[in-house]
This record gives sequence, structure tokens and C-alpha cells, in this order.
Amino acid sequence: MATNYDYEEAPATYDEAHRQDLGYDPNFVPDSVKSLVVHLYRHIREKNVYEIHQMYEISFQTLSDRLFKDTPWPSVDAVAHFVDNDQVFCLLYREMWFRHIYARLSPTLKQRIDSWDNYCSLFQVVLHSVVNMQLPNQWLWDMVDEFVYQFQSFCQYRAKMKNKTEQEIALLRQYDQAWNVYGVLNYLQAFVEKSNIIQILEQEKEGLEQFTATDGYDYSGGSNVLKVLGYFSMVGLLRVHCLLGDYQTGLKCLLPIDISQQGVYTSVIGSHITTIYHYGFANLMLRRYVDAIREFNKMLLYIYKTKQYHQKSPQYEQILKKNEQMYALLAICLSLCPQVKLVEETVNSQLREKYGEKMARMQRYDDEAFAIYDELFSYACPKFITPSAPSFEEPLVNYNQDAYRLQLKLFLYEVKQQQLLSGVRTFLKVYSTISLGKLANYMEVDDPTLRTILLTYKHKTHAVDSEGKVISNADVDFYIDDIQMAYTSNFGLTSG
Amino acid sequence: MRRERETPKQQQQQVSYTVEHLVAVNPYNPDILPDLENYVNEQVSSQTYSLDANLCLLRLYQFEPERMSNQIVARILVKALMAMPAPDFSLCLFLIPERVQMEEQFKTLIVLSHYLETGRFRQFWDEAAKSRHIVEAVPGFEQAIQSYAIHVLSLTYEKIQRPVLAEAINIEGLSLDKFLEYQAANSGWILEKGHGRGQLIVLPQNEFNHPELKKSDADSVPLEHITRIFPILG
Repeated sequence: MATNYDYEEAPATYDEAHRQDLGYDPNFVPDSVKSLVVHLYRHIREKNVYEIHQMYEISFQTLSDRLFKDTPWPSVDAVAHFVDNDQVFCLLYREMWFRHIYARLSPTLKQRIDSWDNYCSLFQVVLHSVVNMQLPNQWLWDMVDEFVYQFQSFCQYRAKMKNKTEQEIALLRQYDQAWNVYGVLNYLQAFVEKSNIIQILEQEKEGLEQFTATDGYDYSGGSNVLKVLGYFSMVGLLRVHCLLGDYQTGLKCLLPIDISQQGVYTSVIGSHITTIYHYGFANLMLRRYVDAIREFNKMLLYIYKTKQYHQKSPQYEQILKKNEQMYALLAICLSLCPQVKLVEETVNSQLREKYGEKMARMQRYDDEAFAIYDELFSYACPKFITPSAPSFEEPLVNYNQDAYRLQLKLFLYEVKQQQLLSGVRTFLKVYSTISLGKLANYMEVDDPTLRTILLTYKHKTHAVDSEGKVISNADVDFYIDDIQMAYTSNFGLTSG
Repeated sequence: MRRERETPKQQQQQVSYTVEHLVAVNPYNPDILPDLENYVNEQVSSQTYSLDANLCLLRLYQFEPERMSNQIVARILVKALMAMPAPDFSLCLFLIPERVQMEEQFKTLIVLSHYLETGRFRQFWDEAAKSRHIVEAVPGFEQAIQSYAIHVLSLTYEKIQRPVLAEAINIEGLSLDKFLEYQAANSGWILEKGHGRGQLIVLPQNEFNHPELKKSDADSVPLEHITRIFPILG
């Protein structure tokens, strides 16, 4: 179920008449589909997680490729009687049905709204009734991932007001609760709370609980659904907060997951990548460059070693895309904080190949450099959203780029403030001591200006971590002694 | 029998407990917006600070822009400035729409932040003097910025000339004398007579201004130990 992050979807004016032209009959159920739902339903009832996973991951994909390349799957009403009209199975089927639309076709506004309703119903069932299933982690991750993706997609769609038809505007006004940001955040939060996942992870550290050891599965006859959805919702919350530009809170939501270890988040490649990508990005925006570099390095190395195993998987494209984006972010981080020792051989050589030239130009801090920072940031950043509903009164405009433009602007502002640091670094690397007067001469600035440059260097290379402690990011550092001399030393950090 | 009335301090503590609790358990809820706004005013008047609560409010403003109060946002930004060297000011800006940031008072605050981020203390104090109405509305502002200035100076200098220090913390003459005496007595500062260059101040040694003291990453020095703030001088 490769989620498609390219939000430049075809215009959502895909109406019923058009669909019927393709000869799509929602009530026609090919035998292969009947067979799939019947078997899947049985496996779910019998809790055969392995078989469920095979059918979910492989069979569904194969049938989609073969029979539903550009049409929807049969409607849930058409298959319901094959599965005893089981409410939960129908909700799960519908969730996959909509996901297929988003992945292969282009959802209409009505479909977007109906998908929201389906998630609400499905989530209510999981949150408020006793669910007795065991589903594969891949499926549970995909649900959370898709939920956030459809929210992001809806915000993008809604913010393009300019060419909306009268019907679309009427529908938007009528169903103003669909994909509202409070609903999205509160469902994710509800999963975290109701599952008690934070306490479970805490108690696991003291040996009082088993969760990670069983990959989240319940081997005592219970269900893994609520717990694992709660777990993945923490990653979902990190992602939503990044989309809103609230990096601090996003990281806070992720805190109960220890990313220095393996965990349930690494049991699904999509979850692993999404977690680290957003963790790294948030730290970049918080100016904690070393933390970002460390995690990107680990993730990129892991992908390098394991991507061959995912070649046939529907996630492959996404994996490659995120891989490229993380190299771009790594290039940015290392240009702002040259701690090359933190990067492993293999990753470094890949990085040189992809961005070696651009990184050299970024460190010149001229107009061209800013253009490259702009380019890489824009390529690699999340698809930021404006969460508020549009005003339907004003002249209809497209404001879907506003959020992205703000984040970019503030990021480049920070880059600009670091403009002079590169020059200082060069001198500090060459001299072990130098008089301030001489340094001012070489840099062609007066004494007070040199002072501000040196203070800026110190401030920008000493970040405040999450506990309020000051840590140095500086690869080369100095102090001023006896007001005339600046002593330098090489404070390289090492990886690990 | 008369029941003891709660002291204002006790009442205020209850308010902060309640709001922090709300932010922790029910942050995505438009109903708590007035509580969060009151809490900003609490932070201002009682010289406390909560980044999490303020980010929560800025998010709610993002969700419902018509409820945004520019005055509250300005106060949040001033408090964030006072939290430097932490990047709180930027974190808040990420959540404030561009068109709001274009307004005069926010442009001024952004300029002030820029001066502090780039060590331009003289320009900062000049600009702050021109914007007294913004910064004087928040008690403790001056001391917080002086504290930040000393933090950056302590990262940089082992010994610093009196005029450089004076410019950075915006204290001169007799007040500066008093200040230096206090720091010498309580924070380990050493005052030296410079060689015809005026007074020299020796700042306490730490791993950032004295590389021999550099420990491994595991022993990073807590912020408080460096800044060693702050006497409330009269």
C-alpha cells in the first residue's frame, strides 16, 4: 500500500459519469476477490497472523495490479454477505478500499469525506469495544500512516480554493467536521491513552511487561490491535506536529520510544523510516544538528544494507524517496555543522556522490549558496499544512503553499544568521593562536564586528538540549584569553 | 471559625498546576484557550515560564485564527526571547502566520531576536530602549537578557575588558561596580587591574572557555552553572 506523498493529485472533479465510462460496476465481484475476502475473513477470525500478512501484503497487491489498475475495488456492500456482514471486517475492507483510491486513482471530495467517516467508525470500534483480533504490524502501521496522509492530503486539497466548484464548496461547508484537525489529533491521542502504551513501555524497562520482545503481539489470547495502534500513534503525532511546524511538541510525543534501540517501530520499514525522518527533521529545525546527523546516518546506513530485500514490496518507491530526502537533509545539517566524523564511510561516499558539489557551494554562503539551501530544503521537507478551515467569504485563493513558505523563510533566516561562521572556521582551523587584531584584518572587519562574529559562532555552535544543558556542536572551537589572543583547538566529536 | 483564605501564591500555584495538567492530558481542545491565555499573563506577572503551554496556545491560534490575540502572542514572544539561548523564539515563530509576523510590533521583536542571535548587544539595547512599551510590559526582561549575554560571554572569554562587558549587559558606572562586586563575591568572578587598559574581569573557568576542562559529551555542563544568575540588584 505505497502511500503517495506527491500531493499534486489530479483535480478532484472525477465524477460518477466518468467512472461509469470505464465500465466500473461496484457490485461486480470477481471470483478472485470473493476468494480473497472469504479467506482473509477466516484468517482474521482464527488469528492466523502470518496468513493475514501474506494476503494483505501480497494477494491484495497482486489483485490490485491485475484487476483494479485504474478502477476501485468492488464496493463493500457487494462483498459483505461473503463475510457474514461482519461490521469490523467491512470497516477494514473499506479502509483498504479508500486507500486503493488514493494510491491509484484520485479521490473525489465525497470520497474524502466518506473515508473520514470510515476511520471514525473503525477507530470508535477499536477504542470503545473489545476487539479480539491480531493483525500484522504492517497493516496497523499502514492504517495510522494512511490516516495522517489523508489528513495532510485533505488540508492541501481544501486550501486550493481558487478552482473549487459550487458543489464542492457546498459539500465542504456541509461536512465541516470532516478531517478537522482536532479530530485527527484527538484520535491519535486517544489511541495513545486508551492503549496505555506509555506505561507499558515504562514497565517493560523494569521487566514487568512484555511488548517489544513479542513485537507487540499478544501471545496470551488477547489482541494486539489497540496497543500497537497506540504505539504507532505516537509516531503519527510526531508527524502531524511536524506538518504544523511544532517540532518541540512532536519530539515530545515520540519520547516514550527509545530510538537508540530496536523496537516495534523498527518492525515495519515504513514506520522506521517515517520515525527517523521526522525525528531528524525536527532536530534540524531545533538546531540540534548533531542529533539529526547521528540518526540520519544510522538510518541511511540501514537502508543501504537492507533495501534489496524490499525491492518487490509496495513500499519500495517510498523507501527510495525518503532515502533521497534524508541525504538532502544530511547535506544541509553537515553544511551548517561540519561534523563529518559522525558519518559512516558508506553513507559519506553516497553523500559525496549525490551532494558533494552542492555542499561545497553551500559553504560559501553567497546568493548561490542560499539558492541551494532553498532547493534542498524544499525537496526534502514535509508537506506542511494550514490546519484551519478556509474562509468562504473572501475572494477564493489558493493558500496551500503558505505553511511551506513560512517554514522555508524561517529556515533560510537561520542560515543567513550563520553566514559569517564559515569564514571564522577557516581561520580557526589554520591558526592555533591568533591576535584579535590580526584576525579582524584577515576577515576585513573592525574589532566590534569581529566580536559579534565570534559571539555568534559560540552561540550557534552551542545548542541547548532537551534538558536545558548546553552542548557544543563545534568541530573547531576557541576561547579568548587576555583579550588579545584567541586560542583554538579542534573539538571533533566522534560517532557512537 | 474562619476558614483560611488561600494566599495569592497558593492560588497561583493551583492555576499553574491545572493548566500544565490540561496541556499534558487534553491539549487538542479549543475550550482551554482562555485558560492558556490567562496562563500567559500569569507567567508574565509571576516571572515564570512554560514553553509547552505557550506552544499549545499558539497551535490553537493556528487552528482558529479568528481567536488569535496579538497582545498575547507578543507576550509569548517576549517570554521566549527571555529564554535564550534556548531556541524558543524560533519555535514560536514557526507557528505564527507570516502576515501576523509582518505587523510592526512583531517585526520589532524579530529584529531584537536577530541582534541577540548574532551577538549584537549594543544594537539590541539601543533598539530595546526605543521599544520600551513592548519590553517593559514583561517584568524580568532586562535581567533575563543580561543573563543570556553573560552566558555567551562565558562561552567565549576567559578574560573580558570592562567596556565590552558593560556594553553587552547594558550596565555602566556605579551600578556596574556594584554588579561586579556582587559577582566577585558570589559567582567566582575575579576583578583584575588591566595593564593600562582598564579593568579586566576573569570569568569562571568552564569547559567552553577553557579547553583543558573539556569533558566528554556525557558530562555536558548544565546551563545554570555557567550563567550563575542573578542577583536582583536594586
